[in-house]
Amino acid sequence: MHMADALLSPAVGGALWAGTLGTIILSAKKLTAKMDDKLIPLMGVLGAFIFAGQMINFTIPGTGSSGHIGGGMLLAILLGPYPAFLVIASVLMIQALFFADGGLLALGANIWNLGIYPCFIAYPLIYRTLVGHNKSPKMITFASILSVVVALQLGALSVVLETKLSGITELPLSTFLALMQPIHLAIGLIEGFVTAGIVIYVHSLRPDIVEDLEGVKSVAAGGSIKKVLIVMAILAVITGGAFSWFASTHPDGLEWSIEKIYGKPEVPVQENPVRENLSKLQEKTAILPDYALPPKEGEEHTENPSSPWPAVDPGTSLSGIIGGLMVLALIILFGFGIKFMNRNKAKM
Amino acid sequence: MKFESEFFNIGYLDTLSYRDTFVHRLDPRIKITVSFIFILFVVSFPKYELSALIPFLLYPVFLLTVGNIPFNAIAKKILFVSPFAVFIGMFNPLLDTNVLLAPFGIPVTGGWVSFLSILVKFILTVSTALLLIAITSFPGICEALERLKLPKVFVLQLLFLYRYLFVLLDVALRMLRAREARSFGKKGKEIKTFIKLISVLLVRSVERAERIYQAMLSRGFKGEIRVLKRHTLRVSDLLFGIVAVALFYFFRKVDVVNFLGETVSGYLR
Repeated sequence: MHMADALLSPAVGGALWAGTLGTIILSAKKLTAKMDDKLIPLMGVLGAFIFAGQMINFTIPGTGSSGHIGGGMLLAILLGPYPAFLVIASVLMIQALFFADGGLLALGANIWNLGIYPCFIAYPLIYRTLVGHNKSPKMITFASILSVVVALQLGALSVVLETKLSGITELPLSTFLALMQPIHLAIGLIEGFVTAGIVIYVHSLRPDIVEDLEGVKSVAAGGSIKKVLIVMAILAVITGGAFSWFASTHPDGLEWSIEKIYGKPEVPVQENPVRENLSKLQEKTAILPDYALPPKEGEEHTENPSSPWPAVDPGTSLSGIIGGLMVLALIILFGFGIKFMNRNKAKM
Repeated sequence: MKFESEFFNIGYLDTLSYRDTFVHRLDPRIKITVSFIFILFVVSFPKYELSALIPFLLYPVFLLTVGNIPFNAIAKKILFVSPFAVFIGMFNPLLDTNVLLAPFGIPVTGGWVSFLSILVKFILTVSTALLLIAITSFPGICEALERLKLPKVFVLQLLFLYRYLFVLLDVALRMLRAREARSFGKKGKEIKTFIKLISVLLVRSVERAERIYQAMLSRGFKGEIRVLKRHTLRVSDLLFGIVAVALFYFFRKVDVVNFLGETVSGYLR
């Protein structure tokens, strides 16, 4: 359920990046305050373990298809919220760069969706409360299934809201939710079961590892989670506001509102000086002014005045296609030019 | 096997990133910043914009060709990359049936235009992310992140993660091979076996972390990794950044595609 750049608006993507960055900085501060040098290689190696572990697949019962672990909650249980959050952020960063999962802008959203919920909500509020004193396998299983399900549901819900807020998809909210939530409920049940199994089995193999980690965790877990949540929320709101302000003063926002006023795509006076000069030039060269073929009698106009984007005349769309092909050809030519130059240089 | 090939892909991109070209030599800070600004510009287009996105192809094409990166390597990754954006965008043609354009009398609905727009944005942003790592070594990226004021602890463990990624992936591959050699078909892939297998991998990883830490201590580790070569901002770095961002701004403000198209179709008529 990795978000993708192509589904995000700058305001939503920027806001989530700000919240995520703030949380990374805060988590790192918490760690350095009471730092154990041992933790750094441990964090790195456990992050690499998540990657390696994702290569090992298993058969999902009842479906016959195969899956692999996500590992976010496992990290939170083993390392505690702050180190686990940093490790999850790193794993996602490497995935974004090497596997192009999503993209660089969506990385902020992905870290938010997959990191913040298990580390700062599900682990402290559900897992730690339930498994505080009662460390029986049954309780561990119950708690980890519940916390993984909650974390994944929140994550999936966030993906839906982020996409909706960005306004790119036409999918109605209810359909989108119906697509996302049940799938992630199933994934959450399995992931929770596997997570519990790993925690219990590792404890039986090498109890000292889990207990050692418990020690590291108590060192690293000082301070309240509330503060993190508040900082995160404030940062996200401020940036979201700033970005949407930026977006609304942007010429395009302006054009949109102008459209609403005139009910037409074309503004009577062109406000862009560059465009004005260019259009003068164009008027001299074009036989038909105003870039569009005159509408033929009887031709159907399926213009919808309430649609946010104006209907485009066939003439303009034709010139868009011609121009697009030309620019594309120029860019490809440019690419081949550089390739050619490289080859010549290599020969010399 | 999908993951096995992805694993080799990390190694492949890693080797590409140590080439020596103009874009490889650029300061990683500049490359990260410019790529991020590029993505912001691309996603800032409204959902029905299609033609104005085309000039933005110039940036990935520039990185690809100047960096001498094989086109197929990047194209293949884009094709097989997680299809979430495509899956969600697919619904647009079904749900948004207002006719927006009618080139040559063929009606094109708004849904198709916005779906194509999502696809173009997807190709632009994903190729830029892949090319960024193909022209910048991972330690270079970590150095840049640290100098862009990200916390040291974060960057340090990121560097560790990357270094041990290859080692642990090898361990996991060996375990997978062992499982395959001992089982037939779907046998051996049950959840129970999986839990034990991955728990052993976890124990091995933690033990490795302990050994690494001991080794580091005996070599004088004090919470810092020192590197020989650090990048410095040169005039060419700044120039690249300024020219690139100015071009993005120009492409965002002026609809180059329509201007060219209008002029040419004007002549044709």
